[in-house]
Amino acid sequence: MAEIKKATGLMDWLDQRLAVNGFIKVMMSEYWIPKNINFLWAMGVVLMSLFMILIVSGIFLLMYYKPDIKLAFDSVNYTIMQEVEYGWLWRHMHGVAASVIFLVIYIHMFTGIYYGSYKKGREMIWLTGMALFGIFSAEAFSGYMLPWGQMSYWAAQVITNLFGGIPFIGEALVIWIRGDFLVADATLTRFFMLHVLLLPLVILLLIAVHFYALRFPHVNNQDSEEFDFDKEAKKYLEGRKKESKVVPFWPVFLSKDFFVVGIALTVFFYLVCFHYDFAMDPINFEPANNMKTPAHIYPEWYFLWSYEVLRGFFFDIGGIAAMDIGLAAFGFANVIFMLLPFLDRNTMHTAPAHKRPMFFVWFWLLLIDMIVLTVYGKLPPTGANAWVGFGATIVFLVLFVLLPIITKIEAKNEGAES
Amino acid sequence: MRELKILVVVLFFTAVVYWGVEPFAHSQMHPHVAPADFSFKDLGHTVGKGDFIKGEELVQANCVACHSVKSVGIQSAMSESDASLAYGVVPPDLSNAGLLYDPAFLSAFLKNPAKAMLVEHKFDQTRTFPMPSYDWMSEDEISSILAFFHSIVKPVSDKALYEEACGRCHDMKYDKTMSHSDKAALTAYMGTLPPDLSIMIRAKSDEYLSTFINNPQKQLAGTSMPRVGLTEKAQNQVISYMEKVGDRKKAEREDLGYKLIAYMVLFTLLAFAWKVKIWREVH
Amino acid sequence: MAVEESRRDFIGMAFGGFAAAGGIVALGAMKKTWDPLPSVQSAGFITVDLSPMKEGEVQTIQWRGKPIFILKKSADMAKNEKRDVIAGGSSYSVMIGLCTHLGCIPTWTPSTKQFKCACHGGEFDASGVNTFGPPPRPMDIPPFKIDGTKLVLGEEGPEYKKMVAKKA
Repeated sequence: MAEIKKATGLMDWLDQRLAVNGFIKVMMSEYWIPKNINFLWAMGVVLMSLFMILIVSGIFLLMYYKPDIKLAFDSVNYTIMQEVEYGWLWRHMHGVAASVIFLVIYIHMFTGIYYGSYKKGREMIWLTGMALFGIFSAEAFSGYMLPWGQMSYWAAQVITNLFGGIPFIGEALVIWIRGDFLVADATLTRFFMLHVLLLPLVILLLIAVHFYALRFPHVNNQDSEEFDFDKEAKKYLEGRKKESKVVPFWPVFLSKDFFVVGIALTVFFYLVCFHYDFAMDPINFEPANNMKTPAHIYPEWYFLWSYEVLRGFFFDIGGIAAMDIGLAAFGFANVIFMLLPFLDRNTMHTAPAHKRPMFFVWFWLLLIDMIVLTVYGKLPPTGANAWVGFGATIVFLVLFVLLPIITKIEAKNEGAES
Repeated sequence: MRELKILVVVLFFTAVVYWGVEPFAHSQMHPHVAPADFSFKDLGHTVGKGDFIKGEELVQANCVACHSVKSVGIQSAMSESDASLAYGVVPPDLSNAGLLYDPAFLSAFLKNPAKAMLVEHKFDQTRTFPMPSYDWMSEDEISSILAFFHSIVKPVSDKALYEEACGRCHDMKYDKTMSHSDKAALTAYMGTLPPDLSIMIRAKSDEYLSTFINNPQKQLAGTSMPRVGLTEKAQNQVISYMEKVGDRKKAEREDLGYKLIAYMVLFTLLAFAWKVKIWREVH
Repeated sequence: MAVEESRRDFIGMAFGGFAAAGGIVALGAMKKTWDPLPSVQSAGFITVDLSPMKEGEVQTIQWRGKPIFILKKSADMAKNEKRDVIAGGSSYSVMIGLCTHLGCIPTWTPSTKQFKCACHGGEFDASGVNTFGPPPRPMDIPPFKIDGTKLVLGEEGPEYKKMVAKKA
């Protein structure tokens, strides 16, 4: 046991017992971040802020929500929206943050792809990040079911039915997931559990691992420059702050992040109070009716690209049913991003995309293709729309097949140059 | 400047996605329909000047077996529940008929109710519209009935107007206003139980509601909901009541919205000042 | 340099203070979210019409989940100036029907004109004053307001305030 002396103040008292000074140094004032970054590096803190908003607003919703198919709709739309003081605010914040957080996740993710922040030691950051994306998707989907409106019900119906396409066990699996032969009370209560307990726990855990994974390879910078963090940190501590290539997380890095968070939340509150339909689909303000499918059903915008991959194959090929090919492509789309660090065969060289000509083209093609998929994922899949969706799906699959090839060529060319 | 360039790129792609999944997708899914027609041109009716005293006699002779006109003390011969069971829906009280319904619509309605309401597809030889057609009446007689209805009109609240125009079939649970019609009879009559309207204002856009109420077939071909024939003013009162019930925190939301945005703008400015101060040391 | 330092502090403090102020306002909103709902609060007020009651009759009603005894006193019952509720010229005993010992509900015994608690044998007279056994004090009087011959439970009327003042 350490020697305990009479404390000189509160901080000293805490320091002797919890080593708070050391902890603050490691976590904040001597956690080094490269200086050569732009606002895209603030997306992590923006995500954290939105996640906090989701937790806090979620707590208040949880106080009044009733997970029962007879009560859920009114508990949300009457009790929370009309009776509880600021209940509408928590619900709007929760709904809008859930949608906006995906936009920021996508920006965060494409930033990582563009600057090559997924490889050469940063694989674990990428993998935990993509795992977070996956769990957030499940969290969003399970949360969407809770108000038990028309979209809640039919999204649950369609998405759980997806698993029916899995050979042999499909049918039994669907019933197992639903806990009933149809989407019913049992489905609602188990998804409620997932949404408010299991998935948030996993998210918290994954966030911790995601942050921890940043420690060793360090944060990337906008030129993907590699340098000795210890040496640069020493310069900073010696007072040569302008010369050093790093800044401490607190207060320097965070001061910029707070500014970006401020802008993000200004837009966020505008959306919450004045422009929320994109995140809170009007159709979901009609109570669930298992005898009437809405004229148009579609997932939330952030699922559209993979949904379009799913329905891109609308005809059978070589005796394999369209539905099965679609399901296989959908499965592919959902794991392929995870494998990015291993598909990039130029493993030992990290550089931003504008310094990698072929990868640069690949990056923008991928982004544009995913936007095309997203837009067509919402349109009715008829006539020309179906063909555009099919084409974009093929492009998506081909891009990922091409990635190992072009990065291999890139590695070879670089080898030849040096 | 590099940051600005990046910002432009991010905003551009965000805007494209937003445009694609919201305005563009909705324009594709919900094709544009002609705006509400409050003159009911398709019915081709005009209304002459009638004699309201004669109109009252005609109403006494023809309408009061089923309808009441409570504002002038006329009670219906049938009780509400009997009428509901017999016809599927409680027949309306006619006190405010002159206020609710457009005169051109009403005169066409008297001559052929199912046609004016655009519900002919529901009725045939075996199943007839509960109210008989008064196509044997002269134009002058119809004008007189209208003149009578017009003469007894008094302004009514949004809620009372809603109850007369919509509340005989629809419930408004969140305002504890329930339809007086028998649920089973109503379901049999309409083919399906008309939906509760408590938060319909959040489920449908203003534009949808205004064209739908004016002419349900335009938005939902084949629906059994009749065209009610409301005047523009009456329809606006109905929508305003629906908003009062279904979106009762709207004023609070907008008021708080400005405050939250103002707070965040100040927060951002202060954060910016602090950031500039701190980064001056390291740049 | 010192000026620089203090200026940096000032901006940092201003920003931190502003953020904290926002947080405090948000806490206020959160507190309001915890408040009982309007429908719960309005259910906390009950109006009872006393005029149909007969002398010597006891009625029990529920108010905020508790039993409330209302007894219209007959001539042979002793008046209690400190506790009687006078409405429409008659005296009533109004009390929360929970034994002040451990919270059981005493029963009215018309023959002896007493409230008797089955749990530990406590007894109260017609005015609700403890006369025997472990109860430490008379049965509590709920906040009320007199509105003609009607009694509004939950609201503190002038008669209630006067009664509380007398007791103190």
